[in-house]
Amino acid sequence: MQEVRSQGEFLPAMPTCWNEATKPHKFCPGCGHGLILKTIGELIDELEIRDRVVFGCDVGCSLLAWDFFACDSLQTHHGRVTPTMVGFKRANPDAICIAYMGDGGGYAIGSQHLFNASVRNDRITVVLCNNTNYGMTGGQMAPTTLPGQKTETTPYGRDVHVTGYPTKGPEMVATVTPEGAYVARGSMHNLRQLKSFIRKAIETQISGSGFGFVEALSSCPTNWRTNAKKTWEFVEKDMTAYFDVGEIKAPQAKEGV
Amino acid sequence: MAEEFVLEGEQRVFMTGNEVVAWAAVAAKADIMYGYPITPQNEIMHYWTRLAPKYNKRFLQTEDEISAGFTTLGGILAGSKAFTGTSGPGNVLMQESANMAEMMRIPMVCVIQQRGGPSTATVIYAQQETQLTCFGGNGEGHRVVYSTATHQDLFDYTIKAFNTAWTYRFPVFILGDGYQAKMREPLTMYDPESKGIKMVSAVPTLGQNVPGKQFKYLRNCLNTEEELHEVLLKHIADYENMAPQVIEYDARGCDDADIVIVSHGMVSRAALSAYHHFRAKGVKVGYFRPITVRPFPTEQLRTIADKTKKLLVAESAQGQLLKMVQAGIYGSTTEIETLLRPGLGITSEEIIDVVEQIKL
Repeated sequence: MQEVRSQGEFLPAMPTCWNEATKPHKFCPGCGHGLILKTIGELIDELEIRDRVVFGCDVGCSLLAWDFFACDSLQTHHGRVTPTMVGFKRANPDAICIAYMGDGGGYAIGSQHLFNASVRNDRITVVLCNNTNYGMTGGQMAPTTLPGQKTETTPYGRDVHVTGYPTKGPEMVATVTPEGAYVARGSMHNLRQLKSFIRKAIETQISGSGFGFVEALSSCPTNWRTNAKKTWEFVEKDMTAYFDVGEIKAPQAKEGV
Repeated sequence: MAEEFVLEGEQRVFMTGNEVVAWAAVAAKADIMYGYPITPQNEIMHYWTRLAPKYNKRFLQTEDEISAGFTTLGGILAGSKAFTGTSGPGNVLMQESANMAEMMRIPMVCVIQQRGGPSTATVIYAQQETQLTCFGGNGEGHRVVYSTATHQDLFDYTIKAFNTAWTYRFPVFILGDGYQAKMREPLTMYDPESKGIKMVSAVPTLGQNVPGKQFKYLRNCLNTEEELHEVLLKHIADYENMAPQVIEYDARGCDDADIVIVSHGMVSRAALSAYHHFRAKGVKVGYFRPITVRPFPTEQLRTIADKTKKLLVAESAQGQLLKMVQAGIYGSTTEIETLLRPGLGITSEEIIDVVEQIKL
């Protein structure tokens, strides 16, 4: 018993809004979801919003987060977490609604919801995990699969002449949102930066300024069939070569502030 | 300040069915409507958006009916009395959220004004959405469906839909049609509470993370077949316990009838006229109208079937009500005659003609 406790002393501090009963989490070793969710958890703590947060997740690997946090949570159907959170926020504007989804949920089956929530500037925060494939269903091509990347439905590599180019979600959201929205793309390979982006996206909701959207580049070693080194390289080099990391749209700072 | 809805006593009015639904939702103290334009449902939104600011109520026009359904669920989980309305292909899209509502026990209220399908077919009238509204999606049909026939029904049952939904926490549908939606008809509107109808209050499901609270985790992802089965068994038990409390029907002259006309919704008005026609002439015709087509008044119809020689099922579809009647009287040797007019209205004269031709 004592040994276990002393081991714990060396563990990094975890967010207090974590649901400890469900840890360790259910994601595959090397998956980026855990890191992104930890970041969200730290922000819920730091922004002191836990009493107002409703966490919603989609279908796909993101659904495994349904009991990740010690706060009211909801897991919806594929692509539908955006409208469910939009409906919630419209009925209870004091709530802090965080919608968490994968690239399939946001850019394919739920793309009409993401697009229109962006246009309406709905006061919710969307965090979308981009791992370039459908993880839970066994690694099929996603809207974000890179040109030439092999997946279960592109076994010879993604042919962009047949399937088009990877979706650039934040760029689309930035184009259709009005001023006041916040849009960025971060990456699990630079968590400090990713955290600063998600923080601003949540603050954009808290202030009532508008829609907050952060795409987080993430890893899927299970379906990529990559070891730790190759996994990290794919995120840091290959993905960022196509998906530009950085802030794309931020509410204008008020004069004198 | 927004004014509190007051309908002093009773008011006799003359209006379209869609306007009736909007007023009934106000009378039922609904807070917010989410919707997407589709004929013949549109004017529910038109009237709601005109009434909403006066009564401190809200509206969101969504990008499609999938979104209308899921935003409605979000609003309900936040503690609002939320509702939506749709028709035809929109009803198809609405089934996904209805299935989530069934499994998560979210008190969704949805008004269907049937049209002829599939899209765009006609935007006028049909009873082709009966099976869809009762059993749509991948689930067990754990919802309540009130099939309305008159504008008074639309008012009464829209109010009742909210109470049924919030009492039993199953989704509730009003099954109207384009004729009811668009035509004008007199009815009596009233404040339900002044008539002794207590409106069930809405309560939030999510979003109150006070310290020490047991957090709520709503999900549709289950790990094993056994886990799903267990959840379903509980819902099935709840549904079966609820059924006798909510089943409604109208039966007239069925005790001594040689033939009973079975119909629902708009067609039941023609059937009722035919029934009065025959009874005035001393012909032993009965009338049976399920008001809840889901859950279906199975036992009541079975008892009637055992007493009569024949049933005549009349509907504006190719056998959607018929299937329910057949299942409901299974084991009975009573013959079933049919008057099936998919996509067409049915007049009392047509029913009278058919009854007269049937040899008893």
